[in-house]
Amino acid sequence: MAVEVRIPTILRPYTAGAKAVEGTGATLDDLIADLESRHPGLRDRLVENDQLRRFVNVYLNDEDVRFLGGLTAAVAEGDNVTILPAVAGGAC
Amino acid sequence: MLTIAQDLVDQIVAHARRDHPDEACGIVAGPVGSDHPERFVPMLNAAMSPTFYEFDSGDLLKLYRDLDARGEEPVVVYHSHTATPAYPSRTDVAYASEPAAHYLLVSTRDPAVDEVRSYRIVDGEITEEEVRCVAVLDSA
Repeated sequence: MAVEVRIPTILRPYTAGAKAVEGTGATLDDLIADLESRHPGLRDRLVENDQLRRFVNVYLNDEDVRFLGGLTAAVAEGDNVTILPAVAGGAC
Repeated sequence: MLTIAQDLVDQIVAHARRDHPDEACGIVAGPVGSDHPERFVPMLNAAMSPTFYEFDSGDLLKLYRDLDARGEEPVVVYHSHTATPAYPSRTDVAYASEPAAHYLLVSTRDPAVDEVRSYRIVDGEITEEEVRCVAVLDSA
């Protein structure tokens, strides 16, 4: 059993076009490391200096992981994770 | 080129004017792969700022769930600049993450002039495109 991870359009080049992939891990950090082993390059698009990148939103069972401890958030079998790039910008 | 119904452009400009001097933001959704902007979806600017916009993270998840359920994608991603030209900033380019979308910018810096311009932003590169406003969008 595993955790389902939904991949946004912009990151599908790393998953051979797949909209969702599966992985395992006790924490979000472990899960991303597991995904990286099969989808090289993905981790770097999500994580910078051991923190989630500012412009990437990751949801664990529909909750923003920033409120669940970020990369240290505990994940379990049957959970679902959704990755969405932030929609943001500014004048400068 | 972006082909879009005049009515949708009018709604986007009205949203930008209403939220001025803060930046306004939203999308126009359309069927996946159609390049047809059809459904106006104004979003809350969670930053509530004259120099920054960001969809609230909870709203963003709901939006994408809804798009998936409807078989839609963001065909247009719009936002306003309230004191600067309708041209993508460095921040806009850094955050641009929908290579298939038209990035529509509205400047509200002049109360009398609606400045509306559209761009593709792919891999950090900005390409301006023509905006063609039509009375009614032909069905695909």
